[in-house]
Amino acid sequence: MYDMKAFYEAVSVPHAIQLLQEHPEAQIIAGGSDVLVQMREGKRAGVELVSIYGLDELRGVTLEENGTIRIGSLTSFSHITKDPVIQKYINVLGEAVDKVGGPQIRNIGTIGGNTCNGVTSADSAATLHAWDAIVEVTGPEGVRHIPIHDFYIRAKVVDLRPAEIQTAILLPKESYGGYFGHYIKYGMRNAMEIATLGCSVNVKLSEDKKTAEDVRIAFGVAGPVPMRTPAAEAVLRGREYSEDLIRATADAVLQDINPRDSWRAGKAFREHMAEVMTERALRESIRLAGGDLS
Amino acid sequence: MDSRDRVVGKSVKRVDAFAKVTGRAMYTDDLCTRDAYIAKIVHATIANGKVLLVDTSEAEKIPGVVKIITCFDVPKNYFPTAGHPWSTDPAHQDVADRLLLTDRVRFYGDDVAAVIAEDEIAAAQAVRAVKVEYEEYPFVLDAQEAMKDGAPQIHEKYPNNILGHTTVRRGDYAEAIKEPGLIEVEGWYETPTVQHCHIENFICYAKEETDGRITVVASTQIPHIVRRIVGQALGIPWGKVRLVKPYIGGGFGNKQDALYEPLCAYLCTQAGGRLVKLDVSREETFVSNRVRHGIRTHLISYLRKDGTLVARKIECFSNQGAYASHGHGIVAKGLNAYPQLYPCENIEGDAYTVFTNKSVAGAMRGYGIPQAMFACESHTDDIARTLGVSPIQFRRDHLMPVGYVDGFSKNCNYFDTFNQCMDKGIAAIDYDRKRKEYENQTGDIRRGIGMACFWYNTAVWPISLETSSCRMVLNQDGSIQLQVGETEIGQGADTVYAQMAADTLGIPFESVHTISTQDTDLTPFGTGAYASRQTYTAGFSIHQTAELLRARILDHAHELTRMPAEILDIVDGEIVRTTDGQDLMTLGELATEALYSLDHSEHLTAESTYQIKSNAYSFGCTFAEVEVDIPACRAQVLNVVNVHDCGKLINPALAEAQVHGGMSMGIGFGLSEILLFDEKTGKPLNNNLLDYKLSTTMDHPHLEAQFVENFEPTSVYGTKSLGEPPTCSVAPAIRNAILQATGVGIDTLPLRPHTLFDTFCEAGLIKK
Amino acid sequence: MTNKQYKLVTCTINGKEVQNMVDVRASLTDMLRNDYQLTSVKKGCEVGECGACNVIIDGECFNSCIYLAAWADGKNIRTLESLMGPDGELADIQQAFIDEAAVQCGFCTPGFIMSAVEILESGKEYTRPELRKLLSGHLCRCTGYENILNAVEKTMYQRLGKEWTKPVIN
Repeated sequence: MYDMKAFYEAVSVPHAIQLLQEHPEAQIIAGGSDVLVQMREGKRAGVELVSIYGLDELRGVTLEENGTIRIGSLTSFSHITKDPVIQKYINVLGEAVDKVGGPQIRNIGTIGGNTCNGVTSADSAATLHAWDAIVEVTGPEGVRHIPIHDFYIRAKVVDLRPAEIQTAILLPKESYGGYFGHYIKYGMRNAMEIATLGCSVNVKLSEDKKTAEDVRIAFGVAGPVPMRTPAAEAVLRGREYSEDLIRATADAVLQDINPRDSWRAGKAFREHMAEVMTERALRESIRLAGGDLS
Repeated sequence: MDSRDRVVGKSVKRVDAFAKVTGRAMYTDDLCTRDAYIAKIVHATIANGKVLLVDTSEAEKIPGVVKIITCFDVPKNYFPTAGHPWSTDPAHQDVADRLLLTDRVRFYGDDVAAVIAEDEIAAAQAVRAVKVEYEEYPFVLDAQEAMKDGAPQIHEKYPNNILGHTTVRRGDYAEAIKEPGLIEVEGWYETPTVQHCHIENFICYAKEETDGRITVVASTQIPHIVRRIVGQALGIPWGKVRLVKPYIGGGFGNKQDALYEPLCAYLCTQAGGRLVKLDVSREETFVSNRVRHGIRTHLISYLRKDGTLVARKIECFSNQGAYASHGHGIVAKGLNAYPQLYPCENIEGDAYTVFTNKSVAGAMRGYGIPQAMFACESHTDDIARTLGVSPIQFRRDHLMPVGYVDGFSKNCNYFDTFNQCMDKGIAAIDYDRKRKEYENQTGDIRRGIGMACFWYNTAVWPISLETSSCRMVLNQDGSIQLQVGETEIGQGADTVYAQMAADTLGIPFESVHTISTQDTDLTPFGTGAYASRQTYTAGFSIHQTAELLRARILDHAHELTRMPAEILDIVDGEIVRTTDGQDLMTLGELATEALYSLDHSEHLTAESTYQIKSNAYSFGCTFAEVEVDIPACRAQVLNVVNVHDCGKLINPALAEAQVHGGMSMGIGFGLSEILLFDEKTGKPLNNNLLDYKLSTTMDHPHLEAQFVENFEPTSVYGTKSLGEPPTCSVAPAIRNAILQATGVGIDTLPLRPHTLFDTFCEAGLIKK
Repeated sequence: MTNKQYKLVTCTINGKEVQNMVDVRASLTDMLRNDYQLTSVKKGCEVGECGACNVIIDGECFNSCIYLAAWADGKNIRTLESLMGPDGELADIQQAFIDEAAVQCGFCTPGFIMSAVEILESGKEYTRPELRKLLSGHLCRCTGYENILNAVEKTMYQRLGKEWTKPVIN
């Protein structure tokens, strides 16, 4: 039994917006794997809920005509992983969300919920940052498109205005075309785990596969919100990669990140792991892109 | 007799498996009706102090709240909680330091008040609305800190917070270490606070019966003991309490304590005798039930160059947490293992059990031995490394020799068990080849192989009473009901009881109906499931009772067949004339005739008590192969094998399954599990199954269980303990494998990435 | 007395269409256990960490503790109770759990078996590591997972018409 004051079920996106306008204090619930847990803890006990779980129009992955990959916000992690479009163009996202919790959690958890709760440890977040994803939100004023980096305002706060809901995650063709990436989740066990650190990397190699034309490195749990590492990316971008340069890139990550010291893991340990993971994810991304590091 | 197709030793299917794979097995919550009031506990949010005031006014206004009981309302009957047999000698009774609710808070999560409500939401709201004012005292979480003068005093009667201190003294340690040329090996070894994590949380419900007695249905390992404790806590005659134990979703020692049965029974009396359910959450289970004692051990060994152990110092500091529970028994058992496992003429051993403001430590699978074996067997590898000998050879030379007899328990090492077990383990994991292959590795990813032995015994004699009672009732069809007080908690006890009874009585396995539920109104007295005792102890009473029933049956057969009872036997449910092997009648025919005879009617039953005054060593070892990813600060177990000599296997498949579970718990203890407390507030940090790192399916390699079967002479069925032993040697084997891989011995469990990072940095394996 | 909010939930449970007024505050675990007496659905953590309450909804596994009963409207829900045949015959996976000694205390068993059902109904052949991942949403403290993996793997092989042998140490 969950302690809630009232429960409203949206039957369409406009209806959801209307319900949120009518009940401004209400909490949106998608899959509920975060919201219900918080209610049970007493943190959100007694809230009004607006459920958008029934909005099938927000489920599924489509490849739009201009090449944009559109992921409906209620698409579950397991459906993202199994989706042929994802597998073909941005398999790393499917791999990343396949590391969330366990199978049942991946069936209920949605990519929208994972990003809207604003937590730094979300397994989808680092990869969405690394691929310059765009967040689509819909509200009383219409639709807004927000770069994922700007969508995260601070820990647990995202750019959702009153009565807005997130309706899709978009990946424009220029974000993924020619890029190959790898995600490493560092946790204390191999399943049912919250990330101690998440590192998502992708590269675009030159035609001769020797130069890293572009490189994007993103982290979860390396700061209060998921983040990119501009200083580290600049070390490698546009240059001929080598073992030494990869190590230098990994070292430079420390200029970008700001992990906290907590009982889950110490700052020094997280910083060390950030370097190790950058190095490993870079090597694997280069390999996937057809590069040769031998 | 010999011609029988014996079922002991066969891997027959569990008697409760059908019920459990179909969802028909009923656990406590499944039996409780939906009209129950819901009770929830208000737990302290400070680690040490005093409750000044409990303001229930807001909480009482919440619709659906029936009653709120505070620490100022409950009777001041101090009671013990440990699941030990009662002692009629006050000097040997468990420490009675608990109240149903307390105004003297001793740990974060202590029980301050309780809410009774019509539903769980009202109860949860009321718990949040109860306001408690405290006077806070300084607190202490570390056992050695708590022993210091000036440390916060947690219980009046225990200066320096020392609940227990026992010693082992042999020879003259101080003199012996003066021998010139001795090699000194010293280490501090530390094990963490961990929790049992049975998947069914503790739950119970209580109601008053029409005759005024209180029935408590509880997820417990020890119904007869809990009945006594409920009586003590409420200050009512024990006969007024009825305890029922249905199927339970695991216990592992946590439920070898009275947890909230007394409180629930009391709340029932405060709600007019109505049905009250107390369903403990996972978060509470971690903090406010029991945990395993964290133990810090200091070992110093003095050896001659040939490896002779000349003298040894052992100091153990056991973190009891806030209340006595099982108390000093845990570390005392651990201390006593050292001189038996590696006999030494000069020993100075001290074990302390110390109160702290942590969660209460109680019994947990292994009862002090996983902690002791981590220290002892890590230290053994440190010794072997210092001496430059192989860890296996050192153990072959210095482990308890064949024929060793312990003066106190009278346990004897009858067989060459250690060498037999080690040989099997060496072969199974290909130890010699891998050990050689993994020497002198460099690079980021390295492998290592290690091993550890363990010492264990069986049941609790002669420290405590060992008794088992059994009842058998013959049905008209020749089948029997079998009842004992030793509980089924998942280990498969009901099945092996049926196997033993079938063999001794001479009836088919399917004809034995083990009554799984213990009900103190109906079940013969027995103290429950703990100390890996069920098969061993119940074996005696089952054998004795089966022989009694058999004799009665054969007497009756004599009446019916006119054959002397001496030449009659029961074979596979038939009354057989042994002289010519002729079947005379079925047991069913005999039982029906006996029950309905107009001439001589008799209900053929038997019941008896067997007091066990023996104990038995149960030994074995673990071999583990690891891969260490040094930059990632991670150790992964690639292969692991446990080898056990638990005597004759009653049911090999179930024995193997028991070992798997114990190994899994050992891997968690070794690599990932630790219950953390905030140093600033004493608040538990990770009391949920996400943040407490129980192994998942993806965190284990294949678990290999092997056995050496030496018939245990003290047991009729040749059996001895197996439930707890598999947990005892896994962690040190993993630690010793990491030592081989990296050259670094890590002496603090768990060997989780945080610890590996610090250690590898110190050792220069990771450059900061 | 506060006004409680109810929703009429119509769904198929274990092959039978059913209808009930459900307290909107209820989890699916609450509904299945309390309204339909499906007590194989166990409570171990109530936050989706242990998998004891796992059921199949429209072909996929969910922890019913963090699934609102109100969402069950229109869904096809299966619990462990659905597996037994009309004459009391056990499903192959249930039999395998018995035969492989994959059951100890039994509390995690229903959840595990329902995940196994989803895995087996895919008709695919999985490697042991893949099976480990597919079953990783369930915690068990008794078995070390060894015999549970054996039971699932054995049934998978059986259904694929292949021979299965127990894994051994490398």
